[in-house]
Amino acid sequence: MSTCAIETTGLYKRFGKQTVLDGIDLTVPAGTIFALLGPNGAGKTTLVNILSTLIRPDDGKALVVGYDVVKQKETVKQSISLTGQFAAVDDMLTAEENLRMIGRLSGLTAAQARKRAAELLSRFELTPYAGKRVKTFSGGMRRKLDLAISLTAERPVLFLDEPTTALDTISRRTLWETILQLKQTGTTIFLTTQYLEEAEQLADRIAVISGGRIVAAGTADELKARIGGAMLELRDAQDEVIRSVPTTGHYDDIRQILNRIAGEVPPLTRVGIRTPSMDDVFVALTSGKMNKNKEESAS
Amino acid sequence: MTSRTAATGTATYAVTNAVFIGRSLRLSLRNTEALIMAIMLPVMLMLLFTYVFGGALDPGGNYVDYVVPGIILLCAGFGSSSTAVDVSTDMTNGIIDRFRTMPIRSFGVITGHIVASLTRNLLATAIVIGVALLVGFRPSADVAGWLAAIGVIALFILTFTCLFAAIGLVSGSPSAASGYGFALLFLPYLSSAFVPTDTMPVWLRGVADHQPITPVIETIRGLLTGTSIGNSAWIAVAWCAGILLVAAVWSIRSFHKKAGRR
Repeated sequence: MSTCAIETTGLYKRFGKQTVLDGIDLTVPAGTIFALLGPNGAGKTTLVNILSTLIRPDDGKALVVGYDVVKQKETVKQSISLTGQFAAVDDMLTAEENLRMIGRLSGLTAAQARKRAAELLSRFELTPYAGKRVKTFSGGMRRKLDLAISLTAERPVLFLDEPTTALDTISRRTLWETILQLKQTGTTIFLTTQYLEEAEQLADRIAVISGGRIVAAGTADELKARIGGAMLELRDAQDEVIRSVPTTGHYDDIRQILNRIAGEVPPLTRVGIRTPSMDDVFVALTSGKMNKNKEESAS
Repeated sequence: MTSRTAATGTATYAVTNAVFIGRSLRLSLRNTEALIMAIMLPVMLMLLFTYVFGGALDPGGNYVDYVVPGIILLCAGFGSSSTAVDVSTDMTNGIIDRFRTMPIRSFGVITGHIVASLTRNLLATAIVIGVALLVGFRPSADVAGWLAAIGVIALFILTFTCLFAAIGLVSGSPSAASGYGFALLFLPYLSSAFVPTDTMPVWLRGVADHQPITPVIETIRGLLTGTSIGNSAWIAVAWCAGILLVAAVWSIRSFHKKAGRR
């Protein structure tokens, strides 16, 4: 049996005349967290939809835990759990009823489903709200419940499509902790995000998607290494960045840069050297094609 | 190798359907406004037709016997129309993706709504008949006649519910579904529900006599009050079976076509 939880080769998908996925090759080792990072419209949700058997690719192949997502769709479904971009919860039911419903649909008996619901409610600190209808929940609580529901059946592969979009900072951090805990249990997590920080914090490996293609893949450090060694940064008295120049980090290179800009620098300027951030990587990888997104990620 | 096997398997077909039916029944009970409307509207219409229009339409005072079968159908049609909204709401919400990616027959979501609508509307029909009896409806049917009439009403509710489910599946939003559904609710007015079709202009009579509602109403009226049924019963069953088949095929096809698209 392969140790790849997810493996795709040449995945291609078109909607009408628009090519949404243009040859996606990727592998996700079992038990790791994989982040698909990209701006809106890059094809993230389409890829998740193909991997979770919702739509068929026009070309190429995708295996989830070794099974083909088109030909062995029903088998794949037994191994996955999807938390879509919009909280997949039933507003008219209570939190507990939602969990019990999914428990029953996952093959638990009524008693087992009740027990599992109670466990998950307490693990996600939702017990006080167990009997409240979900339509009264805040965005963060809905997401938490959504994730709890996804864990009901303990599937080996979990898909999270933009799990923290529209959440406040505290809810986001809580969710991150939960996701990292899940990894400890051996679950493979495939998540999509438009937040660089999220990918960097959570993922073992990151793939950057832009215009339906994977433009780079690797660990956060590998991706940073791709755009050079370091950044030389000049900050003024107010600690605002006034200049940011790529450098190899070697003495000679830094001296040359400093010589070049001598005289252009205001008094009290401080010099710092830092490794490139994911922002730098992202801008470098997707620049040219998407100016709008460049502005967004730069801000 | 750290990946783990699934701790639980799959729900059986029977459990899946039972869960979805339970869910839809619960939703029906919680959607209080829709439930009250589904019962109040036909009751109000019946009172309106009996006491306000009834005297003018039939000075003999037996209009209530004529109009009750029509009101029952109007009630059933109106009650089933909320299926379009329920189905469309589910199809445009993230929850459908979760159901579809589970190893179950996810069409059960729709089956659940259909069964809930049938239950809800049979209950509303019982209330409408109860009120009708209070305002002077005097059916002459025996037990067999009642059972046959209930059978025809149930078939009609099922047919319209499936049609509304299909409408809910193809419309882009719950409000669009509600709009399309509303158009269908005019059919009972262009039938023999409120006045005999021979009082209508010839061209309209052609429409009224040959649309599905008229034979259904004539059948129920005949079974309950002893008016002549003729071959209306067969035509009614044929219409319902035909529409049911089309609606079922249409529903199943659009359900599968819509996967991953919201």
